[in-house]
Amino acid sequence: MKSILERRGRLVLVVAVVAIVATVSGLSVKGASAAKRSNITLTIDVFGDFGYHDLYKQYEASHPGITIKEDTEDYAPHHTALAQHLATGAGADDIEAIEVGFIANYTTQSRYFVDLRKYGASKLKKRYPNWKWQQAVAHNKTVVGLGTDVGSLGICYRKDLFKKAGLPTKPAALAKLWPTWSKFLAAGKRYQKHAPAGTKFIDSGSNLFNAMIAQATPGYYSKSGKVIVKSNPQVKAAWNLTMQAIKLHEDKGLVAFAADWNAGFKNGTFATVTCPAWMMGYIQGQAPDASGKWNIADVPGGGGNWGGSFLTVTKQSQHQKEAAALVKFLTSPKSETYVFKHTGNLPSEVPVLKSKTVRKFRNPYFSNAPVGKIFANSALKLKPQPLGPHQGDFQTASTNAIQRVEQHIQSPKAAWKQFLKDVATASG
Amino acid sequence: MSAVSGTGRPGEAVVAPRARRKLLRRLDAKLSPYLFISPFFLIFSVFGLFPLGYTAYVSLTDRTLLAPVVHFIGLHNYALLIHDSYFWNAVENTFGIWLLSTVPQLLLALVIAHILNTKLYARTFFRMAILLPQVTSLVAVALIFTQLFAHDYGFVNYVFAKFGVHHIYWESGRFSSWVALSVMVMWRWTGYNALIYLAAMQSIPEELYEAAAVDGARRFRQFIHVTVPMLRPTILFTVIISTIGGLQLFTEAFLFQSRTSGGTGGSGRQYQTIVMYLYEKFLGSTQFKFGYAAAIAWCLVLLIALFGLVNYFLVSRIRSAET
Repeated sequence: MKSILERRGRLVLVVAVVAIVATVSGLSVKGASAAKRSNITLTIDVFGDFGYHDLYKQYEASHPGITIKEDTEDYAPHHTALAQHLATGAGADDIEAIEVGFIANYTTQSRYFVDLRKYGASKLKKRYPNWKWQQAVAHNKTVVGLGTDVGSLGICYRKDLFKKAGLPTKPAALAKLWPTWSKFLAAGKRYQKHAPAGTKFIDSGSNLFNAMIAQATPGYYSKSGKVIVKSNPQVKAAWNLTMQAIKLHEDKGLVAFAADWNAGFKNGTFATVTCPAWMMGYIQGQAPDASGKWNIADVPGGGGNWGGSFLTVTKQSQHQKEAAALVKFLTSPKSETYVFKHTGNLPSEVPVLKSKTVRKFRNPYFSNAPVGKIFANSALKLKPQPLGPHQGDFQTASTNAIQRVEQHIQSPKAAWKQFLKDVATASG
Repeated sequence: MSAVSGTGRPGEAVVAPRARRKLLRRLDAKLSPYLFISPFFLIFSVFGLFPLGYTAYVSLTDRTLLAPVVHFIGLHNYALLIHDSYFWNAVENTFGIWLLSTVPQLLLALVIAHILNTKLYARTFFRMAILLPQVTSLVAVALIFTQLFAHDYGFVNYVFAKFGVHHIYWESGRFSSWVALSVMVMWRWTGYNALIYLAAMQSIPEELYEAAAVDGARRFRQFIHVTVPMLRPTILFTVIISTIGGLQLFTEAFLFQSRTSGGTGGSGRQYQTIVMYLYEKFLGSTQFKFGYAAAIAWCLVLLIALFGLVNYFLVSRIRSAET
């Protein structure tokens, strides 16, 4: 018995020593080789698909010694993890993507980021629409990030359902039919009269509301950064129109990104959905068989932005210069055009939006709609909207409020009241 | 050691090691037990005690994740929490779901254990099968059940429609969402509890059943008057375990909601549990209110402790009833 124990003890000791030696020597080997070849690995943290993979390969080929590693996650966990990594001072990648809903959170915390002016970003200002540029500029003029895409708006609609309900099916005719949102609801009323059984004109009240909020100038925040949800007549008008759509039974009342909503794309339970440019990819993913059934028309009320991102370089980065160079490469007009053609994310640079490649681009899935022209026009028409740090929370609160009305939990009045209360809590 | 003393002066050499050995033996008897149990307490103090204390400290501050300055604000967070209707709503939801899942679950487990205790065909197979839900991933369970309980294309509504029941909005109703979540919890834990009951049932002496049979008790009466009383301590154990689990309910409810709602547990917070509310304040929104979330965490600790005390008194009462 004793000898077995002893033997086992000795075995453990041997294993431990071997393990330690292996680790130490492994480290030293790694360190030596890194020093010899002066290799740099740049890490980039994005959410969803930014469509950069081929661009990484290009960049690696033209910059020997640089390896690029991408981490990707879902939208919400990505931004949560980013906040944790920045606050704890460890774990952030060299390059971090930040969506517009969160960017105001970080322009007020610019000490976590490299000022890209240090690496010649000021020269790139001309490229961007002023509003897109300003969104990533802190109060102390630090340039926190460079813009990637914009989420300019269109209306995606089911051609087949429109036809059955006796509505025009051509994008141009529809653009004339709904120059404003109230005209849009009137079209919905027409649709609902002869609607195919079980279908509604609009997928979800909150999608309608968010699109209107995206167009409002100002929206939730005033120019001076004050929360004006309660006093801004544009917010209340958007709310009232949404309530009207629910009252007129034009709204399917689905929860965006939930199971029934996803299935709705496939089964055609709603005729329209407000479409930021990035939504195209989502619809194709949900309903690959519905190719040719969807089309895209201009959004009521002119331009509007919903989504879009920025690339930033964190102060935690060990290779800030190289990371900044990569950010410049990825946000260059050439790279952005490439991404648009392959993934559908709409570039934010003005010259690209005006370029022939984008304006002539058609999407076969969406009945060959001139998506490049529609979205580029919407982006160029866009009026800037001041953003604030709790933008995302207000959106969650409004989405919940609208759903409470859709699900008959609350009256519109009570839901509005609770929405204002939630806004006060979130901004307090 | 012994080699050195062996070559030294004989008189001393005999006394010194003996005293030393005695001391060592005494130390061995006194210290070793503590040494043996120390790994748990060392790890517990690093991963359990320290976070507990640190959370208590954070709950007294206005700390948020990104703000650089932290102020000590005393019990302000707790004062806010007491008047926070969303918090009490979460407490209500948590207890509601706990009650709705635990009571039917334990009753069902008892019945299943009783059936498995009889001479069943392929008994081992059934005993193994009942534990299968335990080895599935919690996330997978939640995601699949969420699909099953969807309104338009959910399987549950599809089956209900066959019986003429109109489609139910499981997610949006308060009671209906509690039912859906309870089903998830039950599906996963009933087999586990049944197995514990089964083990306890097999230790009940056969003579008791024989005596009951002689007295003319049928199987159902045997179950009520012999099996259940003998299982009392085991039942209490499962009640305590499911209470602790139930008060910490998070994953099922969190994944049941849509991706856009940031931890609110339904548009009207119909099924937001305490831990979900903690998460919402902590990481679910852009506020990152660590101080407030820490206060919620400590209130949860107090609630569980309170429940533990209630259970303790129940246990001691049962014991005194037995003797």
